[in-house]
Amino acid sequence: MQRITKLKVRLFNLSILLFVMMLGISCAPQRSAPSQQSQDRISPETEASDALWTAAEIATLRSIWIGSLPPLPPDPSNFVGDDPRAASLGQKLYFDTRFSANGEVSCATCHQPDLLFTDGLPRAEAIGTTPRGAPTIVGSAYSPWFFWDGRRDSQWAQALTPLESPIEHGGTRTQYVHVIDEDETYRAEYETIFGPLPDLSDRTRFPEVAGPVEDLEARAAWDAMALEDREAVTRAYVNMGKAIAAYERLVMPGPSRFDRYVQALLEGDEETMQTTLTPDEVAGLRLFIQQGNCIRCHNGPLFTNNGFHNIGVPTTEGLPLDLGRISGVQQVISSEFNCLGSYSDAGPDDCAELRFVKTLGQELPGAFKVPTLRNVAETAPYMHSGQFATLREVLNHYNQAQAGPIGHSELTPLNLSDAELAQLEAFLRSLSGHLATDPEVLAPPQ
Amino acid sequence: MKSFRKSLVLGSLLIFSMILSACGSATSLNEEPATEQKMEEMEGAKEGTGESMEGMEGMATTDDVPAELDTATTRMTEQGTYQVSITSNLDPVDINQIHSWTLYVETPEGQPVENAKIAVDGGMPQHDHGFPTSPQVTKELGDGEYLVEGVKFNMAGWWEMSFAITANGQSDSITFNIVLQ
Repeated sequence: MQRITKLKVRLFNLSILLFVMMLGISCAPQRSAPSQQSQDRISPETEASDALWTAAEIATLRSIWIGSLPPLPPDPSNFVGDDPRAASLGQKLYFDTRFSANGEVSCATCHQPDLLFTDGLPRAEAIGTTPRGAPTIVGSAYSPWFFWDGRRDSQWAQALTPLESPIEHGGTRTQYVHVIDEDETYRAEYETIFGPLPDLSDRTRFPEVAGPVEDLEARAAWDAMALEDREAVTRAYVNMGKAIAAYERLVMPGPSRFDRYVQALLEGDEETMQTTLTPDEVAGLRLFIQQGNCIRCHNGPLFTNNGFHNIGVPTTEGLPLDLGRISGVQQVISSEFNCLGSYSDAGPDDCAELRFVKTLGQELPGAFKVPTLRNVAETAPYMHSGQFATLREVLNHYNQAQAGPIGHSELTPLNLSDAELAQLEAFLRSLSGHLATDPEVLAPPQ
Repeated sequence: MKSFRKSLVLGSLLIFSMILSACGSATSLNEEPATEQKMEEMEGAKEGTGESMEGMEGMATTDDVPAELDTATTRMTEQGTYQVSITSNLDPVDINQIHSWTLYVETPEGQPVENAKIAVDGGMPQHDHGFPTSPQVTKELGDGEYLVEGVKFNMAGWWEMSFAITANGQSDSITFNIVLQ
């Protein structure tokens, strides 16, 4: 029934299109919104902005406009989160390859400022190759969850996890704390912010390499340390993470062409609207908030609800089945670095996301975190293991909505035409924009 | 053309408000045991619990929300055992923010219900998924009030929030409808 209606509307639109062409006026390609308003919209008489978008649609567009992004709230789990001294130290740590097993890996290896804090690879490559891709850091300070499976619940806890992963930085917390201790600048900056480092000079008490990691020797060395020494090292290690997080909190998206279009719309500046987005991009935007259902999850000014959804993404050949959120949720609950743990500065009332986290349900197996779509055209490849190389492949996946390898996919086929998919892609390309971050923050410190 | 569109919008608003008021009268029929006076008293005491949660009417959502949806925030439980009111402690209710609600339970005669065991559930009936969180009643606030923590809506549209209430050996349940931007 719906298809018949759609067909009728298309036929009607086609006749309008012919009429418009006869008049010699260019017009947007076919539209499929089956309403009186859509007839209004493509009428040559009503090019004005108030005819393009209804009040309800304008409210929706305002909700995803960057101007609706609230000031970044404090992170209660990180007492130095907004301390510029911590951000300055964190920036140095972020780019320093000494914090790795082979002296070649830093945070910036996989989260490169020049690539909008991604690495352009399907799966991150550091000491080894990870099973998943490196998500961007841009705007991630707004998220309650980190990693594709949300296995950490703060930026500082996230930053500490790759440092001890054997396939990422590959080192240990004792090693890293020694680096801080032995670098005069680091030690001075650290102690100004966090107070004195423990005396780490006794290598029998504080081995060069020791930590709760997969490497058996490093783990044995860690287990042999006194409990209070382990806690002292972990405290300093956590402070490193909190400094890195203070730095990462500065990395924010800036306005895109889409945002300039919405701003012009809100100001009633039709001329700017017309010169900012092409008719195809506007048509794609309409699909984004309507038939495409994109806005269900890619909502708010960062185009993400920061939630976890199963969209049936296929498994990458050669990789085991990825359980996604159902596994990540157990990891965050048991993490020593979670919001309720002793290294967090938050009180229980600040940890609602963790206290009321969903641990069971058909929604969780095969669910992955919804990424931001800001700068999406610049951050290929896509999905948690880079399954799709291009935006068009992504859109084809949503359009077909095939069942995934695990669990229950939330997608239903969209039945959009090739022309409509092209419009959606054109719109997604309008979401690129320079970061709203001081250029000095984006480069390794001198 | 413009004025035609305007009249179209005005007309649909009129129809919409007619539907809303029809819903309102249906609700008061269901709430037979509560006299009008009692309803007024309760609404006065609980500041706006009688208001509809459908504050975002006219918003563009990807699903059509059923027109006859009862979005009243004060309703009788299914078997008529309790009258329940819900109030969001986040005003206005917004997507993607974890927040709490206050639940008020009373008997049809208007007596606050204390020491109730209350289970919370809900989700989006049109999307076949539940809440993104596990909301729970964490505290009895006294005088029939209970704190519901951990509520989060992560998309626009029609949400259900259900409560299974057991007190003094009597169990009953209620599902509220919430429509969000």
